[in-house]
Amino acid sequence: MNAIARCAAAIVAVALGIACNLASAAGDTIKVGVLAEMSGTFASFGQQITTGAKAFMKRNGDTVAGKKVELIIRDTTGPAPDVAKRLAQELIVQDDVDFIVGFGLTPNALAVAPIVTEAKKPTIIMNAATSIITTKSPYIARVSFTLAQVTEPMAHWAYKDGLRKVYTAVADYGPGNDAELTFKNAFTKLGGEIVGSVRIPLKNPEFGPFVQRIKDAKPQALFVFVPAGELAIGFMKAYTERGLASAGIKLITTGDVVDDGVIEALGDDVLGVISTHHYSVAHDSPENAAFLASYAQINSTQRPNFMAVGGYDGMAAIYEVARKLNGNIDGDKAMQVLRGMKWTSPRGPIQIDADTRDIVQNVYVREAKKVGAKVYNVEFETFPAVKDPGK
Amino acid sequence: MLSLLGVLFDGLAYGALLFLISVGLSVTLGLMGFINLSHGVFAMLGGYLLVTLMQYAGLSFVACLPLAFVASALLSLALERALYRPLYRSSHLKQVLLTVGIIFVAIACATYFWGPGQQRVALPDALRGQISAAGVDLSWYRLFLVAAGAIITLALVFGLERTRFGARVRASVDAHRTAEAMGIHVDRVFQITFAIGSGLAGLGGALGVNVLGLDPYFALKYLAYFLLVVVVGGPGSIMGTLLAALLLGIADTTAKYYVPEVGPFVIYLAMVVLLLAFPHGLLGRGKAL
Amino acid sequence: MRGVAAERLTPSVMPHWQALRRRERWRPAEIAFWLGLAAVFFVFPKHLVFASQVLITGLFAMSLDLILGYAGIVTLGHAAFFGLGAYSAGLLAKYGVHEPLAGLLAAAATAGLGGYLSSFLVLRGGDLARLMITLGIGLLLFELANQATALTGGVDGLQGVEIGPIFGLFHFDFLGKVAYLYVLAVSFTLFVLVRALMMSPYGLSLRGIRDNPRRAVAIGVPIRARLTNIYTFAAMIAGVAGALLAQTTQFVALDVLSFQRSADLLIIVIIGGTATLYGGFIGAALFLIAQDRLANLSPEYWLFWLGILLIITTLFLDAGVMGGLLRIETLVRRRFGIR
Repeated sequence: MNAIARCAAAIVAVALGIACNLASAAGDTIKVGVLAEMSGTFASFGQQITTGAKAFMKRNGDTVAGKKVELIIRDTTGPAPDVAKRLAQELIVQDDVDFIVGFGLTPNALAVAPIVTEAKKPTIIMNAATSIITTKSPYIARVSFTLAQVTEPMAHWAYKDGLRKVYTAVADYGPGNDAELTFKNAFTKLGGEIVGSVRIPLKNPEFGPFVQRIKDAKPQALFVFVPAGELAIGFMKAYTERGLASAGIKLITTGDVVDDGVIEALGDDVLGVISTHHYSVAHDSPENAAFLASYAQINSTQRPNFMAVGGYDGMAAIYEVARKLNGNIDGDKAMQVLRGMKWTSPRGPIQIDADTRDIVQNVYVREAKKVGAKVYNVEFETFPAVKDPGK
Repeated sequence: MLSLLGVLFDGLAYGALLFLISVGLSVTLGLMGFINLSHGVFAMLGGYLLVTLMQYAGLSFVACLPLAFVASALLSLALERALYRPLYRSSHLKQVLLTVGIIFVAIACATYFWGPGQQRVALPDALRGQISAAGVDLSWYRLFLVAAGAIITLALVFGLERTRFGARVRASVDAHRTAEAMGIHVDRVFQITFAIGSGLAGLGGALGVNVLGLDPYFALKYLAYFLLVVVVGGPGSIMGTLLAALLLGIADTTAKYYVPEVGPFVIYLAMVVLLLAFPHGLLGRGKAL
Repeated sequence: MRGVAAERLTPSVMPHWQALRRRERWRPAEIAFWLGLAAVFFVFPKHLVFASQVLITGLFAMSLDLILGYAGIVTLGHAAFFGLGAYSAGLLAKYGVHEPLAGLLAAAATAGLGGYLSSFLVLRGGDLARLMITLGIGLLLFELANQATALTGGVDGLQGVEIGPIFGLFHFDFLGKVAYLYVLAVSFTLFVLVRALMMSPYGLSLRGIRDNPRRAVAIGVPIRARLTNIYTFAAMIAGVAGALLAQTTQFVALDVLSFQRSADLLIIVIIGGTATLYGGFIGAALFLIAQDRLANLSPEYWLFWLGILLIITTLFLDAGVMGGLLRIETLVRRRFGIR
């Protein structure tokens, strides 16, 4: 190898390195590092979470306890735990953030847990829904929901409704497995029967063959969980295309499949679908109206969904912590403030459990109906103050 | 038993789509030996064009299909002139890199213009729903796909075996230099064949929006499938491609239905095994790959 | 090289002999390169995690350069060995053996075995068959790992990978300091090994095989044997790179086996310049730094410009960045008459 070429290359590399070495100022800002999926198949997750967070800041101003609140948003690009881990490390070491928030997907949250434990950074899960996440680090608190939490009421409701033979289909990852297990346990304990179950791969989902298999098994109902957004649309398409509804197979799901963000894209096929979840845009409360108004100010064409509410409430928690600690964010003290915190969210009353740091909230049973010209998930039954089962 | 028939039928429709999209690649590879990994981009163009025309120009589904064909054919002519032609004599590595670069650009543009999500096409009412035949529920749309695939196959075979142009194509595939020596403009033959093949890919992409899905990563996601069909069927052989496409479609669908936990694994394993067993492809002509 | 008996150095052989000896020596720029990498430890203390990943990718790219640049084998599935190494090291650590060096050995062994077994498949047939088979093997392993959630953790990734201190002394710290030095040490050791190998007659014979297989056979080079063992060796190095990633991040994600990783690696080696050994490292640095900056702006921009770069490079620029630098170097030499 030649001397000059080598030197030139080394200089280029070093120059590029220096160009990247941005120093960050500290002091008068509370920095909130947001790790979310902003691109790829799950781009809608990150969009909803960040817009929800911004909606809160729009409504309540971007200053609290005398300090400015700054969001530093980083794109995890999808289920990419190694990217999430590296970004978390960079946020803590280079950007010196006070909070780590976001997490549309479970794998990313799990990967970050050891980092935030070592760095003692209060971490707020705004969407990811697998039960074990909060057990992975004492610095993690959740304001979203868990699949187990919203699935158990569905098992109860299904049994009450007279269903006895149900087939389950879930996406094959943390939340999906939680949903499948919870439904099976709760439903069989009541006396029902799971006639079959299938786990659908998360990354390359082709629903056609799975749905066909379900149709041939002829259950009374199909319980489904797939993550909200694109996959939900794909699933619903296969469901209608194969004529499962006309074959008499009822569809019961968690709110992810019919979430507000995409429910309008599902067309009339979605009418009548029963789901259980913690938030619906049609929820009638002053907090919700305020939330919807703020959200519309930032994005007036997209309907917010439960992920946006996760973002909104996450920021509410942060503001409260900042107020109580007078802007000096210490990891342990922040967690102390978060434990047991309760307030009224756009979804209803919520609380962060003092022992498990997980969310306690109402779970609603809803039906997809037309209200006026548009489709909404209309709540008709409530299971109050549901804790995450098994914790 | 009946469910097996249903699954086989689904696989047939899927295979028909794969055939439509891959046949162009097969002929290109057989004719020029050019490894074109970006073939799926033409299918994408057809699909996105269909979606856009239906949404914004209000054209009907059937009317858009020939437009998809034409647009992809035209694009292929442009790309061939500008990008592919300089590299016909180059190493395969360079061809791979060039075409991978084209895929990346296509993904970026598709994301920019249409967003990262799946596209959806509203089928005309005549093609919706299912028909019950002999106890099996067959979807109208898949029947349509199988029919379209059959018609186009017949047209291609007729064109190849019975027309003068077809004879020229066959001559060029089998013996490039001799054909040139006999006065056949191999380059011209290639351009036209390439255009037709890419047009078919565009058509296949448009037809496949509801079955294969359409998102910016389409060309990359299905790359292995297209290559598999072509290589197993034997580059340059239309019947070989058809056979391979149908086999692959049926195998994939059947595996996903009966053993969903294993899924695409079966296909990739089959690919490796078949490549080793049939170095010339199932019905291929010419030298080993 | 050194131990050639004096009587064989006839006057006609001497200049070639001297030229070969000269090539073997470490150039000042090479020493500067490695010192520079060591200096990064002091100059960029906050970016060591990223720097480690650049080094790991550089090592991985070097392993691809061995078979691509030196032996002429085009593969779309090199990530398979990277992934094999990563999972081996991860699983070993998860199930009790926390010493990192043991993990490296396990990774090298597993990946090497994989390389050896697949070399029989890969070395048959022409370019297209090879592309397909390597692609197929890569996709196969990915799907396998995706489905075997009990073993690999699937999409969620392999949890519970705990790496003990190196030699029982150096703990892996949060800022990535120990990790960086660890990666640097391993990379340097492997590099020295590879460099010596490539400068030897063995390395030259590989280039001969790449450029003119028929002539190589004519002078008695055992082509199959050479290609098989270089492929295995490259697989082992890729496996070690994967293990380093697993150990320094204490995690194994599914995408260590992805096609995207193989494709990106191919691009990195080309950008850096093939058959130069350093091309892999340079390419990795440029690629990852550019990706980090541009992907932050918008991931779509990144793919777009990468695609354009690829198209332009294949159409116009032949030998990557190293080639361009070499050309500049030749020009400068001619201008100033430097020998």
